[in-house]
Amino acid sequence: MYAIFKRELFSFLSSMVAYITIGIFLLVSGLLLWFFPDTSVLDYGYAELSGFFSLVPYLFMFLIPAVTMRSFAEERKEGTYELLITKPVTLWQIVSAKYLACLVLMLFSLIPTLIYYYSLSKLGFPEGNIDSGAVIGSYIGLFLLGSAFISIGIFASALTKNQIIAFAVAAALCGFAFLGFDYSSQIVTMQNFETTIASLGINQHYQSISRGVLDTRDLIYFVSFCVIFLLSTKLVIEGKK
Amino acid sequence: MSISVRNLSKHYDKQKAVDSISFEAKPGRILGFLGPNGAGKSTTMRMLTGYLKPTSGEAEIVSKNIITHALEVKNHIGYLPENTPLYTDMYVKEFLSFVGQTYQLKNLSKRIAEVIELVGLTPEQHKKIGMLSKGYRQRVGLAQAIIHNPDVLILDEPTSGLDPNQLVDIRALITELGRNKTVIISTHIMQEVEAICDDIIIINKGKIVASDSLMGIKKANNDSPLEDIFRKFTV
Repeated sequence: MYAIFKRELFSFLSSMVAYITIGIFLLVSGLLLWFFPDTSVLDYGYAELSGFFSLVPYLFMFLIPAVTMRSFAEERKEGTYELLITKPVTLWQIVSAKYLACLVLMLFSLIPTLIYYYSLSKLGFPEGNIDSGAVIGSYIGLFLLGSAFISIGIFASALTKNQIIAFAVAAALCGFAFLGFDYSSQIVTMQNFETTIASLGINQHYQSISRGVLDTRDLIYFVSFCVIFLLSTKLVIEGKK
Repeated sequence: MSISVRNLSKHYDKQKAVDSISFEAKPGRILGFLGPNGAGKSTTMRMLTGYLKPTSGEAEIVSKNIITHALEVKNHIGYLPENTPLYTDMYVKEFLSFVGQTYQLKNLSKRIAEVIELVGLTPEQHKKIGMLSKGYRQRVGLAQAIIHNPDVLILDEPTSGLDPNQLVDIRALITELGRNKTVIISTHIMQEVEAICDDIIIINKGKIVASDSLMGIKKANNDSPLEDIFRKFTV
């Protein structure tokens, strides 16, 4: 399994995929956080990163599917999937190796943003006046949100040989999983179940972790979310056997 | 018997791609799989290698069931899929090392050097696979199939698209490998069958229509050319 993980990660790093997506992520989040007056912390006047953390899910919604779309779609189109599955590895090992490689890539994109935290804590008055607990919680939340999006992306990539379709399906599913439940809970006829429906969505759990309180319920939600999508990936591919 | 297949079938809805075929293959012999396009040659090979799941029937490779002992069986098979799919973004050695790692081979770099020598990849060994010509890609495909020194080699049209010089090289290599392994190759080229195969199976519309040694099948058909025998069974 380690061999497949390594191959996946190297193929991200040796192609432009990794650099372009991480570059776009850092560029857009940097611009929005520091330069554009509507969203910039400098104009906002408070040393906090909440703007950044509410923005990143929307970036991830498009950038993560762009990274994951190739994982199975390309292999099946090029026929290399046949090469891979006839090696002595299980399908589950292949799925998890691909998942982990994307996870590491996402971490690579998050690590440079620690500079934002450092800069803000320097800008705080007095220096270092920043709610570190909330920031740590938000990073954990972001990591879990990203893992959930990656599992959606891998699943979408298993559905089709066409990468564009995989991208579109993944982006739509990510959007729905993030916000769709919140919005549908507000439909009048569903008001009796409002909290139940909203708690199915990623946003609820992301917000609650972002407050700096790591609740096991949120953790279990994210872990089971990923497991369900990865298991479905396995089922979809096995069904095509 | 290193390969024994009993009543293996693969159905897609109502279409029977492979319809209850049975055969055996022995070590030290090269078995030629012949048949028109769409006859079920690739489907059979894909079932044996674990890429497709048989609808019914069973098969054993080195006395292990291909369904219940799938991983062990895969360790004993070297497989070259049709059209030689390869990771074109990898370097030759990098790719072979990746394949070797999936088999958890020891002394991998020594083994890579050996197979590169064996398949004649030495002049191109530092290139990216995407830069290689068709013939060299085919050699990379063969190298990854033999890197773990498998007992059984399954090669799906290993010589399609090669020039006459490369044909001779690859055939010589396959003959050499066939001395102590069980080899199944599929092909459309009759000269190739005469040149390298010991046994022949002709498949048509998912069924085996002839199965014999090369000598036997020629004798049974009054020594007529293999093309004519092929046409007789498949038209």
